[in-house]
Amino acid sequence: MEAGLTEGSAARPLDTLRSYEIPEGVLLDFRLAGPVVRACAWGIDAALRGLLYLALLLITTLLGGLGMALTLIGFFLIEWFYPVVFEIHNGATPGKRAMGIVVIQDNGTPVTPSASLIRNLLRAADFLPLLYAAGLVTMLINREFKRLGDLAAGTLVVYRDRQQERIQPPVSSASKPPIELSEDEQLTLLAFAERGETLSTERRQELAELLSEQTGLRGVDAVETLYAYANWILKGR
Amino acid sequence: MRQQQFEADNQPLWDEIAQVMDDLHRPRSKRRLSREQRLDFPARYRQLCSHYALARSRGFSPALIGQLHGLVLRGHPLLYRQRGGWRWRLFHFILAGFPRAVRRHRLYFALSLLCFLLPALLMGAGCYLQEDLIYTVMDEYMVAEMESAYDPANAQPGRSTERGSESDFTMFGFYILNNIGIGFRTFATGILLGVGTLFILLFNGLAIGAVAGHLSRLGYHETFWPFVSGHGSLELTAIVICGAAGLLLGQAVIAPGQRSRVQALREHAGEALQLVMGAALMLLAAAFVEAFWSSSALQPAGKYLVAALLWSGVILYLTLMGRGPRGSR
Repeated sequence: MEAGLTEGSAARPLDTLRSYEIPEGVLLDFRLAGPVVRACAWGIDAALRGLLYLALLLITTLLGGLGMALTLIGFFLIEWFYPVVFEIHNGATPGKRAMGIVVIQDNGTPVTPSASLIRNLLRAADFLPLLYAAGLVTMLINREFKRLGDLAAGTLVVYRDRQQERIQPPVSSASKPPIELSEDEQLTLLAFAERGETLSTERRQELAELLSEQTGLRGVDAVETLYAYANWILKGR
Repeated sequence: MRQQQFEADNQPLWDEIAQVMDDLHRPRSKRRLSREQRLDFPARYRQLCSHYALARSRGFSPALIGQLHGLVLRGHPLLYRQRGGWRWRLFHFILAGFPRAVRRHRLYFALSLLCFLLPALLMGAGCYLQEDLIYTVMDEYMVAEMESAYDPANAQPGRSTERGSESDFTMFGFYILNNIGIGFRTFATGILLGVGTLFILLFNGLAIGAVAGHLSRLGYHETFWPFVSGHGSLELTAIVICGAAGLLLGQAVIAPGQRSRVQALREHAGEALQLVMGAALMLLAAAFVEAFWSSSALQPAGKYLVAALLWSGVILYLTLMGRGPRGSR
């Protein structure tokens, strides 16, 4: 349906992750932004627009006749082109920026001017009959959370990639796991070691004790042993 | 190769790529790296992508894969963005692109024109012959206001009597806000199976026909027709073009042909956008003519002359501009 976008295979869990294969032959993953976060972004933008309208009205009262013309033209520009200006500039209106989301093309490149124009002009249809009802229904019945404007423009709204500091797994001795582990199991151990320090001590131990039956260990020892296995996987293969 | 060895070997390259990407995000004047380093970016980026693919296929740790994915994700838009040249493109669009787009979609234009003109003519004839037919599309208050606006006793036709001449600018702003807004809505609501577009076209056809018929019946020829005939050339044509754009959207949803609906919609939307943007420019020009020319107190003969020039200008522009020697139609 959407050129180039691959659906997660049926075996993979239900997720809002979408992959796109770029010309270099690797997959890019995007996290789709759902209706709630987008509604919040719209709310922030609506408030900002309200302030702009007020500022325009203020100018009118100061300038008189000519100011009135400027206000009306300003109203027109804000009503139709407020999102376009920001999206062309950096992919997100102030509201979207605050919510950490961004508009991109289906193929992961920045939104083009014409796509931005299409998706924002079609707000007039998405808004009908009131408060983006048509847009919401459309978002809920397709897999990419696209409103009508996104469908016509070929755009996606995704979470902005946060530049994360990589957490190094805690340094500990390496020891070989007593049994042969499949690749999935090895990855799970690695993920546990890398994410462990971001969890609370209790949660860490709770997770490690899922394997108590196999390791025969509980509490701190269970965690340390799994760290040691992970370390062995990192170094010893 | 072990993950730690892999990381130790390639970390310098990844750091360098991150640096180049930081640099490419800076404004042109503030860049610190040399031109050669930036020109190396595509090659480095391909290397990075292969490292990312390797890390995934060898089952390296999620954090490493995440780090590489982050770099790949950041680099992709830098390599594949489109940019620049909008002034030239706008110029070319006005001179050739827009009229060509209108001619390419002349069937939609014809259909849109029919949906607008037919109700306008019928309603116009009806209102000319039948006194109270106008109340089917307007309430009494609106009719009264419209009558006073075009009363020959009114010095400035098209305005209510109480408005002064300094409001020319204000009306210019109002026409932009109102008319271009209507044009955009005519286009956008076409995505609802074309129903919104048809409704707006029919309703505007009925209303405009009713006003024209009614005022002609009252004998306000001297004020009404000279006022509307000039800017009408740009304004009505532009609304019909917006209608054609809306019908293009509607057709993609109703009858996508040998494509998926989404694909058809995307292709038609790109075409329709050209029509809408061109029509918006026409409406801008129409607002200017309506505010500063149509309202001036010139003799009707002069107004009719300019109107004839404007109409033939619009028709010639849309039919002839952009026809090139190399078979471009």
